[in-house]
Amino acid sequence: MSIPSLSATELVQELRQGHVTAVQATEACLDVIDDNDADVGAFLHVDAAGARQAAEQIDRRRAAGEPLGALAGVPIAVKDVLCTKDQPTTCGSQALARFQPPYDATLIARLRAAGAVLIGKTNMDEFAMGSSTENSGFQVTRNPWDLSRVPGGSSGGSAASVAARQVPWAIGTDTGGSVRQPAAFCGVVGLKPTYGRVSRFGLVAYASSLDQAGPFGRTAADVALLLEAIAGHDPQDSTSAAQPVPPYSQRVAQPLKPLTIGVIRDHFGEGLHEDVEHSVQQAIRDFQSLGAKIVDVRLPHGKYGIAAYYVIAPCEASSNLARYDGVHYGHRTDEAVMQAELASERVAGAGGNAESPLVRMYRRSRTEAFGLEVKRRIMLGTFALSAGYQDRYYLKAQQARRLIRNDYDQAFQQADLLLGPTAPTAAYRLGEKLLDPLSMYLGDLYTVGANLAGIAALSLPCGFTRQGLPIGLQLQGPPFSEENLLRAAHMYQMATDWHARRPSSS
Amino acid sequence: MPLSQAAVEQVAMLARLRLGVDELQRLTRDLDQIISFVEQLDELPTADVEPMAHAMELVNVLADDVERDSLSRDAALSNAPKHDGECYLVPAVL
Repeated sequence: MSIPSLSATELVQELRQGHVTAVQATEACLDVIDDNDADVGAFLHVDAAGARQAAEQIDRRRAAGEPLGALAGVPIAVKDVLCTKDQPTTCGSQALARFQPPYDATLIARLRAAGAVLIGKTNMDEFAMGSSTENSGFQVTRNPWDLSRVPGGSSGGSAASVAARQVPWAIGTDTGGSVRQPAAFCGVVGLKPTYGRVSRFGLVAYASSLDQAGPFGRTAADVALLLEAIAGHDPQDSTSAAQPVPPYSQRVAQPLKPLTIGVIRDHFGEGLHEDVEHSVQQAIRDFQSLGAKIVDVRLPHGKYGIAAYYVIAPCEASSNLARYDGVHYGHRTDEAVMQAELASERVAGAGGNAESPLVRMYRRSRTEAFGLEVKRRIMLGTFALSAGYQDRYYLKAQQARRLIRNDYDQAFQQADLLLGPTAPTAAYRLGEKLLDPLSMYLGDLYTVGANLAGIAALSLPCGFTRQGLPIGLQLQGPPFSEENLLRAAHMYQMATDWHARRPSSS
Repeated sequence: MPLSQAAVEQVAMLARLRLGVDELQRLTRDLDQIISFVEQLDELPTADVEPMAHAMELVNVLADDVERDSLSRDAALSNAPKHDGECYLVPAVL
């Protein structure tokens, strides 16, 4: 039996039956990482010692007959934006290159309590700002299906790691599509839960009204099991929802009947690659054969989603990222160099306009630490919130957000779930969109709506382009419809085998 | 509305950034392009639309008033670039 070829659900069974130990599962993952991560670049830190120790403990407890959590012994990778106590948590930023949080995020604590073995932290766009993982302050991550292409982003490391069979599943975060789009590009399943479904305590904030952590896996069943472990109310996150957590993993195999699927007509327009369209149309026919009723729905304000998102998210980011001031943690500029700079400016006669050493320390520290995309979004948000512009941009974007949410509410009157492509294209080449931020932003067209509205959405593999690149199908559901999304995805995966394909590099 | 470099420099000051000449030019151009794109929102009639600030429109989430430990001082200072064991240290404010 080859451990890396098992799904997480299968691995849980093998572990329970004693066919595999947690140490064997962990060593198998570390071997694959040794073998292919020099090419893929999914991990920023691999905690081999910590993982081995956790795995040994699980095996000891299992041998002693102690009760174990639902994920006991299954390795997992986590995006480097979730705080892990006394372990690096960089958010892909040089600002936090040496930061080690003094506490675990609630999501991390829940994974540990469930017995998951944390293998390491995965690469990402700096502070989750980007759609290709190319904005990482540390390294490039490559798509396991074609190493000349991006894995998507911002959770590109987590998606690539699952696709490359380094881990059976992983955690990402999704503010505008950052779980679903890399899931689509890497040919895995990725879920953005309803806003509030999963605690954000210890998730380093990008845009707090949009951020939500979610699972990656190879199957809907795996994602159901992982979501069950991380979802639920957290007193430390006052925006987390008090709704009970359904037993997703027990219900995922129940087919949804009756099921009405609304096809989002607005997501089949200009800019959609023909191979993507072809596969998504086939998926519609597949759902029809599975007994689903197909109706057309419109999201007339969806086209304003990108504009609204690229006001709201940068506004929230400009405020959230004010905390990187070189005082409490993170990078601080060289003070001797800074003082010399100020002294020479005084000599040159800046006089009364001279900046205080404190302000100059802030400015130099932040400028040295942040990459260009982070600066771009901080600048955009600061501009849109500055005196005289707030109503014109921020307020207007919030009004557009309301109209987008109203569209969804109406669409869910007609259909249980909405269907469309996850992204307009498959994975593009490294560097292809890096110099044109707006063209990269436009790739988020189909995904930002779910974040703005706060609803649940997932991406699952539904085919390949003629070049052999994975294509993602997006299903969206009303708030707290994760169970139905996962059941629909499972039905589809029982009837198709796209999710079982694997890249040749893994 | 083309953004001037001076306006962008002022925004950088508000954001506590200090852009070099190249970055300033680059971001002036990018911001101008993105803001022009965003201005498509102007065509939306929104006079009667309540702004939506958050996906979960909750108010007054209350917590029990229970005493619990906070981070120790050592833990809170552990990542500080400069401290004296009690306080964070910063350059002179004035």
